[in-house]
Amino acid sequence: MSRLRAWRLVVGIPLLAAAVLAVLVAWLNRRDESPVDLAPGVATAEQVARGAYLARAGNCAACHTDRGGAPYAGGKGIETPFGTVFASNLTPDPATGIGRWSPAEFWRALHNGRSADGRLLYPAFPYPSFTEITRADSDALHAFLRTQVPVARPNRAHALRFPYDTQAALAVWRALFFRPAAFVPDPARDAAWNRGAYLVRALGHCAACHSPRNAFGATRRSLELSGGLVPMQGWYAPSLASSAEAGVADWPAEQVHALLRTGVAPRGATLGPMSEVVFRSTQYLSDADLAAMTRFLQGLPAGSAAPAGPAPTATPQRTQGAALYADHCAACHGANGEGGGNAAGLAYVALAGNRKVQLESPTNLLRIVLSGGYPPTTAGNPRPYGMPPFGQVLKDAEVAAIATYVRGAWGNRASEVSEVDVLAAH
Amino acid sequence: MAVAGPSGRRPPTGVRSWIAALLALALAPAAAAPAEVPDTIAQRVQPCTACHGREGRATEHGFYPRIAGKPAGYLYNQLDNFRAGRRSNATMTYFVEQMSDAYLHEIAAYFAGLDLPYAPPQTTGAAAAELAAGEALVRRGDAARGIPACVQCHGEALTGVLPAVPGLVGLSRGYLVEQFGAWRNGQRKALAPDCMAHVASALSTADVGAVATWLSAQVASGPPAPATALVHPLPLACGSIAP
Repeated sequence: MSRLRAWRLVVGIPLLAAAVLAVLVAWLNRRDESPVDLAPGVATAEQVARGAYLARAGNCAACHTDRGGAPYAGGKGIETPFGTVFASNLTPDPATGIGRWSPAEFWRALHNGRSADGRLLYPAFPYPSFTEITRADSDALHAFLRTQVPVARPNRAHALRFPYDTQAALAVWRALFFRPAAFVPDPARDAAWNRGAYLVRALGHCAACHSPRNAFGATRRSLELSGGLVPMQGWYAPSLASSAEAGVADWPAEQVHALLRTGVAPRGATLGPMSEVVFRSTQYLSDADLAAMTRFLQGLPAGSAAPAGPAPTATPQRTQGAALYADHCAACHGANGEGGGNAAGLAYVALAGNRKVQLESPTNLLRIVLSGGYPPTTAGNPRPYGMPPFGQVLKDAEVAAIATYVRGAWGNRASEVSEVDVLAAH
Repeated sequence: MAVAGPSGRRPPTGVRSWIAALLALALAPAAAAPAEVPDTIAQRVQPCTACHGREGRATEHGFYPRIAGKPAGYLYNQLDNFRAGRRSNATMTYFVEQMSDAYLHEIAAYFAGLDLPYAPPQTTGAAAAELAAGEALVRRGDAARGIPACVQCHGEALTGVLPAVPGLVGLSRGYLVEQFGAWRNGQRKALAPDCMAHVASALSTADVGAVATWLSAQVASGPPAPATALVHPLPLACGSIAP
């Protein structure tokens, strides 16, 4: 073999392989795309009204309306492990919003994750879920957004680290983890279940928090809604497919309905990120849609109950926790963790038998003890009771003692909590 | 440890806590009915009192502002400012971001209605020169530099003026200084025109220190209630105060 020929092989084969891979990645990024129709389309009043409702169901404003900012004018920073992604301006301003987007271009953004200018979109915009939104719903959303007050606010460049800030890296990510899909109703299930599946999987993008993510930030469909850490927020979104976490298979349907409608139910109240979902989104859904979501959620596999841990023993930490509980917690949650309420209804959830208290990771319990919080104000619960931020008055070791105590008292059987756990939850 | 927990009781003795722990461990879980709690706004605002004191008078930390007896209009404006991002405090924002206007008004009215005596002043033993400089700005302002006197808007007794000007007595020096810093760097805003941002930009760092020192050294006398109306016209346009 001549030296020239060997040189050709050494350089040529990797080059050829790289070229083939690039073509493959490019092709995978174009799946299910057809030439985009630039016709502006004509929206009906029904579409606008429908789109307003769907925008609630999809909670678009949670990201696309900044704190104190104009509706849908974007600008809010979404923290991710890869840097900050800034939500875009969805108002119909022609220069800085989506005023020049056709319905087909809007649909391509939802369905294919590609912007009108052809650039790939970051999946902080949850198109891995939105890809299943129907074309009719996409058109309605587009029609609604076009009725918003146009706001001239240029989109802010994302602040992502290299290589995540490159379109090439995004293309590789998409080739590996994203595939456009249509929602396919399951003929073996009834219409309500299928409607619920569509709302949970597509518009509601519940998987964005409630499904686990891999190291590259992609949600794993095979583990649908089995619980995930909310990126960068320090909350764990518990599994909706486990009776040991937040599964609702064994709840009365009306209680699931009430939680999504009002933020409170006999066995739990929303705090943290889920409060925002109820406040901005689910409280406004129709009874039929909440019933459909309930039906779907109740049909998720319930899993097996967590194996009961060993009965707790009296330790100095638990003794300290019991004393602190009596002092700080019992007035609201009851001397025996039975919760508190009055003729108007439940005010403070029971801690005895509470799943949130006994999650394997104490993260959420510690967040709640440290930061406190209120369930959202809703029409069904307009004056919520709240939890004080005990991080303001208790030392980390004291918070750990209270958490350890409530995780082992009144029949609860969860692991002890250390001061280090509390430090990590701050 | 003196803390502002919901029960407010002192920790039990060691013996009592051991008994409590053993009882809790021994007792089988009972699906008991929820304990009775009051159906009142006072009960609902327990989270506020962790920092602002059991009666809205601020805690031993000394930083958090007194909210008891402040005009409801002022308190509502601040809750709304935190919700809308015009003021920056992660804890406050977290608490109010999913609350309705109606609930914020109710919370503001509750704390406005509290008529509580002031705690002793936090600042003692300040230098006479600094106190004098502070008092001069508070009572007379500095017309040459376009600085109005604090009393022109906040009332002769500095207990605020209805419906939306806050009282200044009973606030900590640290809190007062931080607010001026926040107005200057844009971390605290009000509805335009933002009169206090204007005042803050006209004050020097030494002015701010002197004003905060004098205000936080005052022994409040007389009723803590805000004045019912301004004596003189406002020296500056204020977006927070409906004309």
